[in-house]
Amino acid sequence: MAFYRSQVLVCGGTGCTSSDSMKILEKFKEEVKKHNIENEIEIVRTGCFGLCELGPVVIVYPEGAFYSRVQIADVEEIVAEHLVKGRPVTRLLYTETIDEGRIKSLNETGFYKKQERIALRNCGVIDPENIDEYIAFDGYKALAKVLTTMTPEQVIEEVKKSGLRGRGGGGFPTGLKWELTAKSKADQKYVVCNADEGDPGAFMDRSILEGDPHSVLEAMTIAGYAIGANQGYIYVRAEYPIAVQRLKVAIKQAREYGLLGKNIFGTDFSFDIEIRLGAGAFVCGEETALMNSIEGRRGMPNPKPPFPAQSGLWEKPTLINNVETYANIPQIIVRGGEWFASKGTEKSKGTKVFALGGKITNTGLVEVPMGITLREVIYEIGGGIPNGKKFKAVQTGGPSGGCLTAEHLDTPIEYDTLTALGSMMGSGGMIVMDEDTCMVDVARFYLDFTRDESCGKCTPCRIGTKRMLEILDRIVEGKGTLEDLDKLEELGKQIKAASLCGLGQTAPNPVLSTLKHFRDEYIAHVVDKKCPAGVCQALLQYTIIEEKCKGCSLCARQCPVNAISGQVKSPFKIDQDKCIKCGACLDKCPFKAIVKK
Amino acid sequence: MKTIQELEEIRKRTLDKVNQRKDRTTTRIVVGMATCGIAAGARPVLLAIMEEVEKLGLTDVVVAQTGCIGLCKMEPIVEVIKPGEEKVTYVKMDAEKARRIVREHVKDGNVVEEYTMHVIQGKILNDYKVEKE
Repeated sequence: MAFYRSQVLVCGGTGCTSSDSMKILEKFKEEVKKHNIENEIEIVRTGCFGLCELGPVVIVYPEGAFYSRVQIADVEEIVAEHLVKGRPVTRLLYTETIDEGRIKSLNETGFYKKQERIALRNCGVIDPENIDEYIAFDGYKALAKVLTTMTPEQVIEEVKKSGLRGRGGGGFPTGLKWELTAKSKADQKYVVCNADEGDPGAFMDRSILEGDPHSVLEAMTIAGYAIGANQGYIYVRAEYPIAVQRLKVAIKQAREYGLLGKNIFGTDFSFDIEIRLGAGAFVCGEETALMNSIEGRRGMPNPKPPFPAQSGLWEKPTLINNVETYANIPQIIVRGGEWFASKGTEKSKGTKVFALGGKITNTGLVEVPMGITLREVIYEIGGGIPNGKKFKAVQTGGPSGGCLTAEHLDTPIEYDTLTALGSMMGSGGMIVMDEDTCMVDVARFYLDFTRDESCGKCTPCRIGTKRMLEILDRIVEGKGTLEDLDKLEELGKQIKAASLCGLGQTAPNPVLSTLKHFRDEYIAHVVDKKCPAGVCQALLQYTIIEEKCKGCSLCARQCPVNAISGQVKSPFKIDQDKCIKCGACLDKCPFKAIVKK
Repeated sequence: MKTIQELEEIRKRTLDKVNQRKDRTTTRIVVGMATCGIAAGARPVLLAIMEEVEKLGLTDVVVAQTGCIGLCKMEPIVEVIKPGEEKVTYVKMDAEKARRIVREHVKDGNVVEEYTMHVIQGKILNDYKVEKE
């Protein structure tokens, strides 16, 4: 591997290229050669830095010198002064404001500052396989407080006061659920943790289990005390091997310390937790299906009522909450329900963890106070859309949720506002889409997922989703009609109304919400037979622009099906009947004479 | 464990080990070892750090794994907290870079600036994508 003492990055994003950054790149190469240092300096063309207004942008590493609005005439000076003599050209350096430039700690970045970490407070801080480190940050203090100073009623009262609502997506008030389960009379009750996280692109629960497993164990034990249960189960998918491993270690350590088991803290309260592995069926995230699976039956939902609070696992009253919901509990007990309720908004208290994915700069996991706007999350924390592309939509709630558009960016994130807009909070997946995303294709993707994951117990979900998918397949192949759109809406409404469980009741949401917010794209597919975003292969055509084609024959030699023909030095042509739309010609054409429309 | 006092003792005993502030007495090096970190290559980074710490005979250094800190795109992430110093976050680590951090920062006390984050207008620039020409 060649060793370079310095690296020059020239932004090759659309914005910077249009202000001649590629000529600047060539000039750098020329100048470096002139000074005979081409073996010491690497010159690299990069993707967009997202700082188009400062372009053309040139960065010199390892110093991290940031040159903005560089002109071709400046290059000579940068090479001679900075690269040869090691003196940065201060005249051209972007003057960084405070908090910019080299940042030592993650805590100082905008990504971190806007966040408020309650459920994730220990993630990335403590060693998850060392119980002492959890205890050092007040771990098991809440359990000690509960067992030695509070009655079960007081614990439930504290959770109710916090205003915490279920973080798995439903948003049911947690305190109320605890109270209902506590009131059910039975000789045996159970506490269950739903860790069957299945939304594509969501990894909130996995991160909590991998980073802070004891917080979930502690919360489940507290819940056991509050409702009168002595046994807990964590239902986690086998596809999360690291999470499962860390849970096993955590349970073992907690048992060794007597924090699980008989007579915890010398009281007469006993509680233990076991892990149950799921095979990864999406429907097992539904609570009745999950409990069937724990009992060893096929993971299929039951009609409700009876609710788990009355009749759950082995027909005993069962409290079932999601991982993130539990992770908030120890802090609520230690710091008080009022402290938690002071965060967030009137109807949605506290914070929420989101997994940012898709076309967003800072892919990752964030925890923000409820009521923050989508814009703040996507732009200020997420760093916006990469490659200078335009924001198109954000998908929340996974296969059960819907898409929100640019006009919703200033909407505060709350359970009820998102539902009112046809999407939902969901478990916290947030997938950002840019202008290159086809909304029909996205809706088709999610429906394909739910159709595949439908357990088949009820007809509307099993057959309805299949029929909807067939219509969408027709549309993306250019064989759809306007009537198909009405049929999709009608089917969608019926599936929602008639399905047995949450899977079917929400499966049409991605289609219905895109039909509502992006109807023009559907119309483009069925009437004009075009895909505006250039995604749906069947609706695309590759053509050669005659004026730009120099007749070099490179495309014809690339084409795997010999669909391109012509005379050298005169414009070539693509035979649309033969073309398989692989795009090999477009990638190779040196004159950008081939377009995809 | 039968009493709250025992819990409190463990807390006190371990607090310095996890202390995130500069008033700590030992050095703590943490490597992000959640799924995202491991997928990005955190295992060899952790091994390299442990090897280098042993090779240099450094005492009073705690090397620990940790969960996901949230910035999955910048993994593998290594954080160093030394007594009297603010926490330093290193991003996009590999085994060689990690060894350099143990030598230059942990042993000699010089922060390896070039592996820290570079932020302009709220954008973290380290993660640039190289485009082919």
